[in-house]
Amino acid sequence: MFKMLNPRRFYHAVGKQKFWEFIILAVFILFFYGPMLNMCMLAFANTYEVPAVLPQEWGLKWWKFVFEQDNLVSSIVQSFVVAIITTIASMLLCIPAAYSLARFKYPGRKVFMLSFLLTNAFPKLGIYTSIAILFYKYNLMGSLLGVVIIHMINSMMFMVWLPSSAFRSVHRQQEEAARDVGAGPIRTFFKVTLPMAMPGIAVATLYTFLGSMEEAQGTMLVGLARIKTMPVEMFGVIMDYPVQVGAVFAILLIIPAVVMIFAMRKYIGPEAIAGGFKMK
Amino acid sequence: MIECKGVNDMEEKILTNETVKSAAPDRVIKLQIKDMTKKYDNGDGVEHIDLDIYEGEIVTMLGPSGCGKSTILRTIGGFLDVTSGDIQIDGKSIVNLPPEKRPTAMVFQSYNLWPHMTVYENLAFGLKLRKTPKDEMDREIKRHLEMVGISGMETKYPSQLSGGQQQRVAIARSLLLKPSVLLLDEPFSALDAKIRQQMREEVKKIQSELGITIVFVTHDQEEAMALSHRIVVMNKGKFEQVGTPSEIYDNPASRYVASFIGEMNFIPQADGSTMAVRPEEVFLVKDGEACDMSGTIRTIMLLGHYVETNVQCGENVIKCYVQREDIEGVNVGDKVNLKFAKHHVF
Ligand SMILES: Nc1ncnc2c1ncn2[C@@H]1O[C@H](COP(=O)(O)OP(=O)(O)OP(=O)(O)O)[C@@H](O)[C@H]1O
Ligand SMILES: [Mg+2]
Repeated sequence: MFKMLNPRRFYHAVGKQKFWEFIILAVFILFFYGPMLNMCMLAFANTYEVPAVLPQEWGLKWWKFVFEQDNLVSSIVQSFVVAIITTIASMLLCIPAAYSLARFKYPGRKVFMLSFLLTNAFPKLGIYTSIAILFYKYNLMGSLLGVVIIHMINSMMFMVWLPSSAFRSVHRQQEEAARDVGAGPIRTFFKVTLPMAMPGIAVATLYTFLGSMEEAQGTMLVGLARIKTMPVEMFGVIMDYPVQVGAVFAILLIIPAVVMIFAMRKYIGPEAIAGGFKMK
Repeated sequence: MIECKGVNDMEEKILTNETVKSAAPDRVIKLQIKDMTKKYDNGDGVEHIDLDIYEGEIVTMLGPSGCGKSTILRTIGGFLDVTSGDIQIDGKSIVNLPPEKRPTAMVFQSYNLWPHMTVYENLAFGLKLRKTPKDEMDREIKRHLEMVGISGMETKYPSQLSGGQQQRVAIARSLLLKPSVLLLDEPFSALDAKIRQQMREEVKKIQSELGITIVFVTHDQEEAMALSHRIVVMNKGKFEQVGTPSEIYDNPASRYVASFIGEMNFIPQADGSTMAVRPEEVFLVKDGEACDMSGTIRTIMLLGHYVETNVQCGENVIKCYVQREDIEGVNVGDKVNLKFAKHHVF
């Protein structure tokens, strides 16, 4: 058994290609999960001095500390409030737009689709700055609405493109069959079209929510330090608190993503991104 | 356009014949299309369609791709608005009703089923909208699945079924709602030949059990001949001929119909017209007997109980189906005389 750990034996046992694949995978895992593991370790370390591999003392001290800091707790709440409002608002706005883009042919359709790409193609900071000028005029600087709008602009492309391709993958006959057996247009949409497009919509919604949770640049710029979400607070945390607080905070930021990805695992995957349920 | 007039005249004559014949008192008109026109924005579509379909009849729209078969069916189902004219079921106009209010049910070529619902849920969808009690719903679904030959599939998802089974579910779903008229738009064209034949027989059986009225669309002439009480042969948005399969086979109203249905030899005549003869109407006759043409044998192919032979007569090649004993002793290159038992001139 231990003989296998000899690299030369391993090389010859699995073959050249497999060996290098293994090495690359191992390096990748180290780079990807190494910092994560380190972070998890730090979050549960009461005391830790740099040269040591393992913490000197384990414990939940810093978790307790984080939840005792009012500004940190309120930033967590703020983040969720912003993310939930952003997600709901962009669903209400983008899903009907996605449906109309998928189902109706009108002039300017292509341009409309591409315009979403533009918001993602230009440097973000430039866009934020020009938006900030507008926001000053309309008194949106430092307001929740302003931050939500910034977050929505970021997610709009995915929120329109993914559901739109999901709607397009619902065959017209499937909608017509529903009408045929007696469902009106609205019932047809909610019972047939929407459930069939759900995988694409779910992925887009997830993206919007998580994107909003981690957005920092625009939030800082437009929120004017009045709207403090977790990523905004993070900058301060790294400078003002011990590293353990940063680690705890980072885990708190990751939890919603993990929970949501787990809840929607049925829908997530390359197939879902390509658009909805398909029949053979 | 002028030459088309002749065809139209002939079509009218046949339509009148049909009306006279079917004016028997026991036949009730179920579906009536009156001078219906449907034009798409690009000018394609169908024009001046008149058709009466009787209760308990299978009428098939037959024609090449793009001739407007689906267009007619979709105007009946309510998925297309008519440009002008009227469609009536049981004497009541339906053109202003949305699909969900029409007493029709449609089965499409494919993508009929909702993949996120089980077979049971697919079938129950329409019944629930009609507030059918649960026990009756279960019973009806079971009975209809049996009828289309796929009992016990209730809990499967459409993606777990074969193409043929999916179409059976779609047919069951339509029949469950007891439609006045069942519309089938090439429902079997995505299936392979053997299953298609099976499904055809099944539809015929179900139709005769339930006495339901069916409008069927296909571009497969064999399917149309096998299934229909009457066939409507279409060409470029117009009706070429309406009649029973034997009327259409024996008395094609135009050269187009003659060439579309079955095999036909077309022989140009000196006066510019064309003579049309079915291969089974050609007989080999002995020297000295009265004959229509003579030529030399090019090929002889034994096709089971009959023989297909091609005879070169001047510039024309005549295809004949003859009995095996009639061609005994005849070889490729031999001179033969042909007699036509029946022919048409166009
Ligand atoms: N939505 C539409 N807009 C414009 N033209 C259309 C539309 N649908 C069909 N057509 C045209 O109308 C004509 C008739 O179409 P239709 O679908 O009725 O043909 P079909 O006989 O059913 O053919 P197929 O056997 O290929 O299904 C075709 O020339 C087609 O290109
Ligand atoms: Mg068609």
